[in-house]
Amino acid sequence: MNGAHDLGGMQGLGRVEREDGEPVFHAPWEKTVFGLLFGTVGSGLVNLDEFRHGIERMNPVHYLASRYYEHWLCTIERNLLEKGIIGEADLEARIRRFRGRPGARPKRTKNPQLAERMLGLIRSGGSTRMPVDRPPRFKVGDRVLTRNIHPTGHTRLPRYARAKHGQIARVYDAFVFPDTSAHQRGPNPQHVYSVRFDGRELWGREAAPNASVYVDLWEDYLEAV
Amino acid sequence: MKKRRPAEAKSKPRARKSRPRARRSIGARYRGSPLPIGEQYPLPESELAARARAIESLLAEKGLVSSDMIDQVINAYEHDIGPMLGAKVVARAWIDPAFKRRLLENATAACAELGIGGMQGEHMICVENTPQVHNVVCCTLCSCYPWPVLGLPPTWYKHPQYRARLVADPRALLRDDFGLAIPDDVEVRVWDSSSEIRYWVLPQRPADTEHLSERQLAALVSRDSMIGVDRTRGAQARPGGSR
Repeated sequence: MNGAHDLGGMQGLGRVEREDGEPVFHAPWEKTVFGLLFGTVGSGLVNLDEFRHGIERMNPVHYLASRYYEHWLCTIERNLLEKGIIGEADLEARIRRFRGRPGARPKRTKNPQLAERMLGLIRSGGSTRMPVDRPPRFKVGDRVLTRNIHPTGHTRLPRYARAKHGQIARVYDAFVFPDTSAHQRGPNPQHVYSVRFDGRELWGREAAPNASVYVDLWEDYLEAV
Repeated sequence: MKKRRPAEAKSKPRARKSRPRARRSIGARYRGSPLPIGEQYPLPESELAARARAIESLLAEKGLVSSDMIDQVINAYEHDIGPMLGAKVVARAWIDPAFKRRLLENATAACAELGIGGMQGEHMICVENTPQVHNVVCCTLCSCYPWPVLGLPPTWYKHPQYRARLVADPRALLRDDFGLAIPDDVEVRVWDSSSEIRYWVLPQRPADTEHLSERQLAALVSRDSMIGVDRTRGAQARPGGSR
């Protein structure tokens, strides 16, 4: 979807703000939210594409004005509600219990098996690579044109790279297709390519010289030239 | 669209309330409601904390999270997984040409030789900076980043400014915001991490480091040089640091 998350090329946002000696987390609630990733995506209740799409569906005003882990909280909340894993009334009631009581924490719980499983996931990862029985449609060096699509759902073809000419730089294995995976329409695995775009193809003749952008794109995003 | 208030109302500005007005239900927030102009964003920290804790306690009742699980995954990313791991790989590549070849050919397998890998680095590509080519990594759509070698990304990597500008004007962004001037005759390659492949940079080895051990070399490698927004500085530069 053409949401506020699709930021490549947006102007007027100001300078990059860096924080010296930045901590990994800035507040205890951020740690909680990070842990919730493991309870949802880590446990397979929500896939990564659904997780990302939940962030993309945030209101653009909210998206641009909020902190990073606020995005995560919103998508976790939304996915849990939409999947019926938690009920809206239960959630509202539980939030009321913690509101206005900054010191209040959920009762401490222990589940060593769960902890070990999630540490194992950190060590081994969870690939979305999936074999397909057809060869890649493109090879290194092929010229391609990206589709001019504006789906209202999830996609990993950024706006700035649509309807642009590029060249296949690397050919990867087949991976789950985010555009269907985010909407429970199946994994639809297909080959992924690193596609090189000349800066001037993307940004016009005034673009910085001698610069290019490499974007990873699924086969369905590409047309042969 | 929000209705404009009649003109007479404007002459009597209402005192700004300390709390957000008319708190919408959580569900309403997600069911496609008008632009929340006038609401206060970001949400107050206390509200975020209450909501995070509410979800934690509900999921704990279902056995999906536990305090010890959360503590241990936090601990892993606060202490065990960070740019010191990527720095170790870089230092090895600098002293061992055969390892460097393997790293550039298949970063996931090469890192695994050193016991490094895992979540958000299932498929890694390491791109080499040379006197002719400068690589730099971003994720314009979200915040994809090679966790096993760099840890969790710094806030600036995830916030809009960097994601918006790097792909469009990499030389100006690196010069203005990172103090890194790339000569025009050096090609700039920006890697937008839009799939599950994770990119990171093998920085150039500084010239004055022949006498250093692998461990000393690793101490010179900054996180930012592996993102591509900094160079690895020589032996006399301040070592370590969070960047």
